Amino acid sequence: MGAVDLDQCDPDFVNELLQQPEAEKISACFGCRTCVAGCPMSAVNDTFNPARIIRMALYGMKEEILKSSFIWLCSSCYTCQERCPQGVRITDFMTLLKNMAVKEGHEPAGVKAQLKLTKGQGRIYPLDGFDNKKRKKAGLPPLPTSCDVIRELFPDQV
Amino acid sequence: MKYALFLGCTIPARARNYELSARRVAEKTGVELVDLEDFICCGFPTKAGDMDASLLMAAYNLALARKQHLDVCALCSSCTSALSEAAHHLSENEEDLAKVNERLSAVGLQYEGSPKIRHFARVLFEEVGAEEIQKHFEKDLSGLNIATHYGCHYLKPSEIHDGFDDPENPTSLETLVALTGATIIDYPGKKTCCGGPVLPVDEKSAMSVTKGKLDNLKAVGADALCLVCPFCSVMYDGNQKSIESEYETEYKIPVLYLTQILGMAMGFDRKALGLNMNVVKTKDLLKPYF
Repeated sequence: MGAVDLDQCDPDFVNELLQQPEAEKISACFGCRTCVAGCPMSAVNDTFNPARIIRMALYGMKEEILKSSFIWLCSSCYTCQERCPQGVRITDFMTLLKNMAVKEGHEPAGVKAQLKLTKGQGRIYPLDGFDNKKRKKAGLPPLPTSCDVIRELFPDQV
Repeated sequence: MKYALFLGCTIPARARNYELSARRVAEKTGVELVDLEDFICCGFPTKAGDMDASLLMAAYNLALARKQHLDVCALCSSCTSALSEAAHHLSENEEDLAKVNERLSAVGLQYEGSPKIRHFARVLFEEVGAEEIQKHFEKDLSGLNIATHYGCHYLKPSEIHDGFDDPENPTSLETLVALTGATIIDYPGKKTCCGGPVLPVDEKSAMSVTKGKLDNLKAVGADALCLVCPFCSVMYDGNQKSIESEYETEYKIPVLYLTQILGMAMGFDRKALGLNMNVVKTKDLLKPYF
């Protein structure tokens, strides 16, 4: 990442974030990088760096964060959140950023597919007659192959 | 002990070996598991994209169990965590609770507090206990060198799991496995994530995380890896072969569910525990025990 162009930053983004319970403590981050040291994803892919994302958020770098692919590298393992000496809810904050990115239309295809399955069919792996055949063969009880309740819970889902 | 069995999505479709062995161990140790066929996804895979939808899914499942006066026992760590996080959130957020109940009224349910939510391994560790488990053992598994994988959501975030085990120095799985006589093998990176949640977004990074643990297990000479989450199993068992070919290496490390290990000690046969469905072959390693 090159120099930060403060003219491109959005101070309203910081204010918006600080009102959310998932992000209200990010300004307490003093950059100790305990989160980075324990992060399993940072260890294999240095484009993911929780401390840097917090700093970028505090600078108001809304576009750079929400359009990025790096926020999606958080595996939500909660190691950073458990260890943060300042009580920053880092994992929850990453989830908030991902949710904001989706609202702006920046979700990766895999995430879009997951949302479509869970909100549309009630399961990430919908079951069919063949699954029940295999279940029966193994001595397991059958499970429903369709889900009506999901359409009532999410009527807007197509 | 009676619980509604929360299977979630991955287990019925991709981890029937876990479901089979868990049902066997539950029956043996007097844990009654009731099937509620109207359960839907726990909400975990929805949370990254839509927290509100995730909360609604979890609340629906919890309200459904509560209506039947049942506590909830999940086999999947992410299901346990997603349901527990939702219960925790709803207990301190009246505005979201009202929104959830407005949506739940469409299906004739109301969220009126959470039933108890437990991972099955925690039920075995805390409620069933060592004495009751060992009472049913017929075989000694000494000679097996087993490493444990806790994964993430079995213990974290710790605030929702009542601190029943320490996420920085966990012991519950080792304690349960050691009951069988098997030797516990420690290894670097024991607490590391399997990488699974990143799989739909960046397969290469996700698999690199998985590979790191397989390398460490190989280095310490573990015979098998014990785990308690179906998605961790997808990564270590289901994807082990692709990692081997991608990185031109070989592991051949069998991946066993805790319930398969306990079930073996209880004398169940291979088929009863679904060991024929494990992807990395277990036959050679486990031959002396059947």
